[in-house]
This record gives sequence, C-alpha cells and structure tokens, in this order.
Amino acid sequence: MLAKRLIACLDVRDGCVVKGVQFEDLARAGDPAALARRYDAEGIDELVVLDVTATIEKRRALEDTLRRVSAELFIPLTVGGGIRSEDDAAAALDAGADKVALNSAALNEPSLLTRLAARYGSQAVVVAIDAKRAANGRYEVFARSGQLPTSREAVEWAREAADRGAGEVLLTSIDRDGTRSGFECELTAAVSSAVSIPVIASGGAGTFEHFRDVFTDGRADAALAASVFHFSEHAVGALKAFLRGSGIPVRL
Amino acid sequence: MIALIDYGAGNLTSVRKALSAVGADYFTPAAPEEIGDVSGLIVPGVGHFGATRALTAAWRTAILGVVDRSVPLLGICLGMQYLFEGSDEAQDASGLGLLPGRCERIPSKVKVPHVGWNDLEVVRPSRLLRDVTGGVMTYFTHSYAAPVTDATVASTTYGSSFAAVVERGNVFGVQFHPEKSSQAGLSILRSFVQITRSPDRPITRC
Repeated sequence: MLAKRLIACLDVRDGCVVKGVQFEDLARAGDPAALARRYDAEGIDELVVLDVTATIEKRRALEDTLRRVSAELFIPLTVGGGIRSEDDAAAALDAGADKVALNSAALNEPSLLTRLAARYGSQAVVVAIDAKRAANGRYEVFARSGQLPTSREAVEWAREAADRGAGEVLLTSIDRDGTRSGFECELTAAVSSAVSIPVIASGGAGTFEHFRDVFTDGRADAALAASVFHFSEHAVGALKAFLRGSGIPVRL
Repeated sequence: MIALIDYGAGNLTSVRKALSAVGADYFTPAAPEEIGDVSGLIVPGVGHFGATRALTAAWRTAILGVVDRSVPLLGICLGMQYLFEGSDEAQDASGLGLLPGRCERIPSKVKVPHVGWNDLEVVRPSRLLRDVTGGVMTYFTHSYAAPVTDATVASTTYGSSFAAVVERGNVFGVQFHPEKSSQAGLSILRSFVQITRSPDRPITRC
C-alpha cells in the first residue's frame, strides 16, 4: 500500500540550518549535510531544503549546500525558497535536487510551472502554496514568505497549478506555522480533495497525533515538519511506529 | 563499463551519484556509435513516453544490438516502460518490444500520479532482487504502468496491480527509482552492476 510520507524540512541560511536543532552528537551543529544523513538513517522519507537566504549574492551558497546534502543522500530532495526563474531551477536540479518548489515565482508567472514540467517532468515541479484563513472562511494565498496577499484562493490556485504541470502541492497554513498546535486539516482536505496530485501538509506539527489527524481528517499524502523531528534522535522511528499503530501505512 | 543513456528525459544527476555509490564504472555516450563494447546498459528517464522519440533509429539499433549480445540492460521508470511494445501515453511512439504488452494509465479511482513509497510484492526469485528481503518499499513517481506478465518478478498495487520489477534473460527493468529508494534501491543497483560483471551470462532470448 502506498505509504504516507514524512518529510523533514531544513531551513538553511548561508549554508547552515537555522531552526532549533538539538542533536547533540553532531560534530558540526547546523550542518545540513550531517543532518540529512542522520534523517535518512532514521527513516525519513524525503527532505526539503528551504533556502531562507535573504540576498541574491548568497545564492551560490545554496548550490554548494545542495551538492553537499545530496552527495550521500538517496531519498528524494526538494529545494524551495529562492527559485525565481527557470535558471534557478536548473541550477538547483543540476546541484542534486530532485524537485523544485515554486511559490512567489509561480504566482507571478504561472507558465513557469509548465515550462519546468516540460523540461524536467511534472515529478520535479512542486507548487508551494502559503494560505491563510480569511474572514469569509476562504483560504487566501500569500506570496513573499507570507507577506503579500494575492487575492487568490488556495483551492482554485492549486487546481490551476496542477493543470499547468505541477506534480505536487506543498501546502502551508500561515495561521498554524510555528504554533505546534496541529496542521490545518480543513484547508488540507479542501485542497487534497480538489486536485489529483499529492498534497504535502505543512505548518503546525507538534505532536504525533497531529500527524495522524492530517493523514486522516486532512487527507494529506505527506506531512512536513522541521523542529518536531529535532526533539530527539528517535523521533522519526517513534512517530512512524505510532502512525502504523493507528492504522496509517508508513515505510518502516 | 556501463553506458548510461541520456536522451533528455529528466535529470541524471541522482542516477550518476547512485551508480558511483555502488562502485559502477559508467559513461554517457554522446552518440550511438559510442555504445560499442560495453558490459551493461542503463536506460533511465522520467516524464512523458513521447520523450523516448529522442532515441532515434540509430540509438534503437545500437541498444538492441547490445541486447542481442546478451549484455545486461536495465530500464528505470520511463526506461522500463520503453522495454515494452509501447504506451497509451504516446500512441505513435514505439517501445523496444523486448517485453510483450503496452503500458496503460493508472486507473483514476486513485490519485494520479502515483508518488511515494510503496511495497514490492515479489512473485518469483530473480537476480536483480537477490539481496532484497521481504517487506521492502521503494520510491515511485509515475502515471502510466506496465502490465503484470510472466516477465514480472515483483508487482506493486496502486489502483490496480502493475509490474514493478521485470526480468527476462539479461533484460531488467524497475518502475521505481532505485537511486531515490535509500538502501533498498542501492542494493538493487549493486546487484545489476554485479550482473554486468558476471562472466556467466544466460541467453537473452529463449
């Protein structure tokens, strides 16, 4: 049976992981390559490297990071956070990423999804959607790291992105991100039911039960988290054992 | 030396890294004439079956010539589908026809594409899976799939049952991505590399 995927996100700035990493025995705390190997050994299903580098001058650091992370990694690797053009995507894929996640760039220029899908295949193209619940109950899409409202609606944009060639949706709830209060299951279920491509839920992971809920109530195909996997060195295995015990198919 | 065929269907960085990790000697021929005296052949590929049109008559002749000499051939993902007669995804593009049957779209009662880790249901012993233990999962990403036939050594179920691993003589194929399937995938690639080094080669077409 197709397993529900657990995806660890490494927020990387200038080549270093910047979210609270508590692995104590790493020779270099914050080294994304060491963390990636660690997660692979623990049984994580995929990795996302999210580049939070602010300036274009530092872009080369991302390619170096991807080369180092992917050198000994044999699970899917997605890069997001700074892919603004076809050239950025090509550089990231050449450096070892398997998929690129496009957010603001896809909103600005939706045809970029189509061009990248034609060049690399839809499996390499992820549309990243940051959404926030609006007063009318709809979910509004935001660009520029959640700063810029777009007046687009999340379900409608996910449908269009899939039609244009995106192979997966990485869906982040701005309301839940960083709160550890649980994934936004209603948003996730609405998008997941509307598109035939897989939906990765993001934002709000805090407990094992949150993952169970987003796979059942939220109809998510995969769930992404950052700090929750940093709790202990056995977090991934323990979470998978919990999920299997709850009747959710996972890769052990 | 293994020839890794690059016909523009996707990025080969990951396949190259995985081959290096299992100690394979490989190169990417720029033209069919460069295939020559190889010990193995890998046809990778992702995306639309129509991409295989880039493999011109000269490439097909070179690939089939290698197979006729019983040199092991491994097709990965789209490269495995190319071993069959064709695919409903591109009616006018022919496969190599080394294995009977056509690839069909995964039924729409499930989400398509099929993306993620799924079980290999081993149906008979094979050289490619000799180091694979029961209960193993591998990473898939595809919308079309090959039928289960007597060439199938492992199947996978998603919507319906399809061929996940095929093996007939020295023709091998995997629908999943061994280069993205962690240790299980590397062990399958390692087995293929060992097969290319085996002096005792069975006859391909029997």
